[in-house]
Amino acid sequence: MTLAAATELATATNEHLANISNTLIYSSMAVYTLAFFAYIAEWLLGSRSKVGRTAAALTAGAKTKTKAKAPAVTVNQGGSTAVLERPQVVVRSAAGSRDVPDGPGAHGGDEQGDLYGRIAISLTVLAFLIELGGVVARAASVERAPWGNMYEFNITFSTVAVAVYLGLLALKKNVRWLGLFLVTTVLLDLGLAVTVLYTASDQLVPALHSYWLYIHVSTAIFCGAVFYVGAVATILYLFKDSYENKIASGGTPGRFANSVLDRLPASASLDKFAYRVNAAVFPLWTFTIIAGAIWAGDAWGRYWGWDPKETWSFITWVAYACYLHARATAGWKGRKAAYLAMLAFGCWLFNYYGVNIFVTGKHSYAGV
Amino acid sequence: MSKTTPATPDASVGDQDLGAAGSQLSTAPVEGPPNLPTLGAIGWARWFWRQLTSMRVALLLLLLVALGAIPGSLIPQSGTDATKVADFVKNNPTLGDVYDKLGLFHVYSSVWFSAIYILLFVSLVGCIVPRTWQFVGQLRSRPPGAPKRLTRLPAYTTWRTAAEPEQVREAALALLKKRRFRAHLAGDNVAGEKGYVREVGNLAFHIALIVLLTAFAWGQLFKSEGNKLVVEGDGFSNTLTQYDDFKSGNLFDTGDLVPLSFRLNKFTGTYETTGPNKGTPRLYQAAITYSEGAYGKGRKTLVKVNEPLEVGDAKVYLTAHGYAPLITVRDGKGNVVYRDAVALLPLDSNVTSTGVIKVLDGYKNAKGVSEQLGISAFFLPTYTTGSETASTFPALNNPVLNLTPYHGDLGVDSGIPQSVYQLDKSHVKDFKDAKGQELRENLKPGQTMKLPNGAGSVTYEGTKQWANFQVVQQPASGWALGGALTAIFGLAASLFIQRRRVWVRAVRGDDGVTVVEMAGLGRSESAKLPEELGELAGVLYDQSQTEQSTPEPQEAPSEGSEK
Ligand code: HEM
Repeated sequence: MTLAAATELATATNEHLANISNTLIYSSMAVYTLAFFAYIAEWLLGSRSKVGRTAAALTAGAKTKTKAKAPAVTVNQGGSTAVLERPQVVVRSAAGSRDVPDGPGAHGGDEQGDLYGRIAISLTVLAFLIELGGVVARAASVERAPWGNMYEFNITFSTVAVAVYLGLLALKKNVRWLGLFLVTTVLLDLGLAVTVLYTASDQLVPALHSYWLYIHVSTAIFCGAVFYVGAVATILYLFKDSYENKIASGGTPGRFANSVLDRLPASASLDKFAYRVNAAVFPLWTFTIIAGAIWAGDAWGRYWGWDPKETWSFITWVAYACYLHARATAGWKGRKAAYLAMLAFGCWLFNYYGVNIFVTGKHSYAGV
Repeated sequence: MSKTTPATPDASVGDQDLGAAGSQLSTAPVEGPPNLPTLGAIGWARWFWRQLTSMRVALLLLLLVALGAIPGSLIPQSGTDATKVADFVKNNPTLGDVYDKLGLFHVYSSVWFSAIYILLFVSLVGCIVPRTWQFVGQLRSRPPGAPKRLTRLPAYTTWRTAAEPEQVREAALALLKKRRFRAHLAGDNVAGEKGYVREVGNLAFHIALIVLLTAFAWGQLFKSEGNKLVVEGDGFSNTLTQYDDFKSGNLFDTGDLVPLSFRLNKFTGTYETTGPNKGTPRLYQAAITYSEGAYGKGRKTLVKVNEPLEVGDAKVYLTAHGYAPLITVRDGKGNVVYRDAVALLPLDSNVTSTGVIKVLDGYKNAKGVSEQLGISAFFLPTYTTGSETASTFPALNNPVLNLTPYHGDLGVDSGIPQSVYQLDKSHVKDFKDAKGQELRENLKPGQTMKLPNGAGSVTYEGTKQWANFQVVQQPASGWALGGALTAIFGLAASLFIQRRRVWVRAVRGDDGVTVVEMAGLGRSESAKLPEELGELAGVLYDQSQTEQSTPEPQEAPSEGSEK
């Protein structure tokens, strides 16, 4: 076989793989859409329960003291033969925060709703696997990591975001309430990817061939996915917090707010969750920027040159550092810190979409 | 005790509740209201210093740095793209003037941006020094005893046992020490604290930031950056005079140049032949032989786009490449008067190139009079019929060299510096071909162009390649990397490790039975805290149950009764 024929054959295989990848991505969108409707069904059926836990906790019920507080943690069941009752740890929320129980989740305790919720999660798992297949096929077709342009970045990003969600679920974290919000944005992200951002598969220019690039971009995508989960929790925290405030100050929230927000975890839980998620990934984000600097040092002869992409990574980093500082500064906890977290995620988004599309810099040669 | 405080929770309320027990659990500066000073100048200075080193102002300065960095990413910067800045000023004269006055064309070296980060820097130092001392103090003192009411703490548990209070306290002390708590007996209770690494990490992180920033500034001041175009077979040694262009930081000294030399053996480039990215480089590398120091031994290596050659502080990057046709010029008598590879500058991504061949001395025209020759060269590495003025592919598939010779005075002796790639045509004349047109010819490798009337000839012998190398020296980048890595580890320790206190109080209750109370307190709420407390409580509970079955001889006054 001549060299030219071999090349042609390889090209044909790659095109075939690229087509498979496209089919898989479209299929995953179809399954995500089904999951989306299942989540909607869960929320709708869940609205049948009318318990109003938040209101109960914040109004009359609150006066009945410790009982209504955050759940007592039972510990150490380790086969003891002691006759006496084993000690139980009572957990109190920090001074100054409200004592509100977490909502039951989207299904609101409704059995049918719960069933739809489980179906939705199963469908999400299925869609995730299909999408993962699409990403892998794409990678195989271009014979490199699947993040050479915005289309590939988008499909990889949403796959990782869903993986983070499913991972947290697998770790038995209380995150089922994220499902609908996540799948909605994943659909938007994929829609954008296949329409506006689609780029035929191809290999990279030499400047993009570096294992530091692999480290840098893969951690950047992962950080983005986790920051995204943190941002959703922060937004929900802001809504839930105003909802609780309204009830605590004697107001009556609208029916929709009642139905939706009452089922979410307590604002304190959402806040804590958002903080943990953001704080946990912040060191990795720091590492991402450093890996990028090392790569830039190898590729462009300087490790830091205030290229727009570098600048916005730095701005994002500083914004998250502000958020972490704010949590340690009296008077900045709660809502103000949450606004900072939103700002920080806004910077991340701008760094991705804004800088790639509106600003020209050294990073823009990967093609939109 | 139930608190339903709405809206902004006030952390200080909680801290006061706990009294000394919650104090010194971190080294974060205590925030007071910014009340104005009453004492004269010293009072003001002190007040200013306290404000500058407070968390609130640190937060503000951090926000300002982020905000200040934004314009630099949206407005063209003279440091990265001077021509874009010039275009911008030409298109928007008034706005350009305003931007220029505000330093917006060089944000990251502007007065105001420097002012913000220097303030932040001072704040950082002013924050770290006292925090470090405070932390050393905390390491030398012992964790405070239990607050009066342990029930108020975030995690709490209690049980009754037949064991003696002293036994329980001893067991608790032993247990906490075994779990690497710093623990001691404090009256009727045992106090333990753990997780000091968090504070160490936090301080290390902030100190690493200082190292990183200093190293970055140092690198900027002492850096140097020069370019050198080298044709295959030629060499370069690292002295100022050999560079084509050279830039350096304010404190750079020519003696700082790393002694180093190298020779370009071969440049290899291969390109995508099909698809939308046709023509983009695939393989792109320069094979060189280099030696370190003045008399170093020659070593062979490859320099690629992402893989510079590193010698000491210096890095040698491959930044561009082009073609250098090998030209021989003969005079009317057939003597070789010029023979060299002439580097041509690429005009586009398919390496359509231009340049000039200058024969300055040695050439005599047909009449035997000394003259200078200037030959405009235009080069297409891949010539395709139908596209005579631009190459269609970057590789040497079908090279064609188009030459236009001129004779006369090139004006190089006039003292005005001239580009080697441009021809001053004011004192030269062209040659005429048989039809009286300007002489201009396309040559393939090996072909010769005759100058009319026995004026000599020009031969295109073949093609060499050249590579452009950028030699960059940025000292202290090792420090910057070290600072950055330390920062990550410090940060991880600071965010993932909990600093927490545990108290175990054991006293005899009113009915004579021992009551054990345990509580835990962390600086930030964490699910781990109650888990750990429960674990400790479980172990202690089991111990006090077994000890009770083998009662030890009672000893008189229990410490607990003092309280
Ligand atoms: C270059 C500027 C700075 C950056 C990027 C920065 C970044 C950070 C980050 C990311 C954290 C989170 C780690 C943690 O929560 O333990 C932190 C914590 C902290 N920073 Fe900074 N910081 C800077 C300047 C300062 C300054 C000037 C101060 C002094 C007021 C300061 C005081 C603190 C304190 C006390 C903590 C620990 C908070 C706690 O215990 O929760 N930082 N800093």
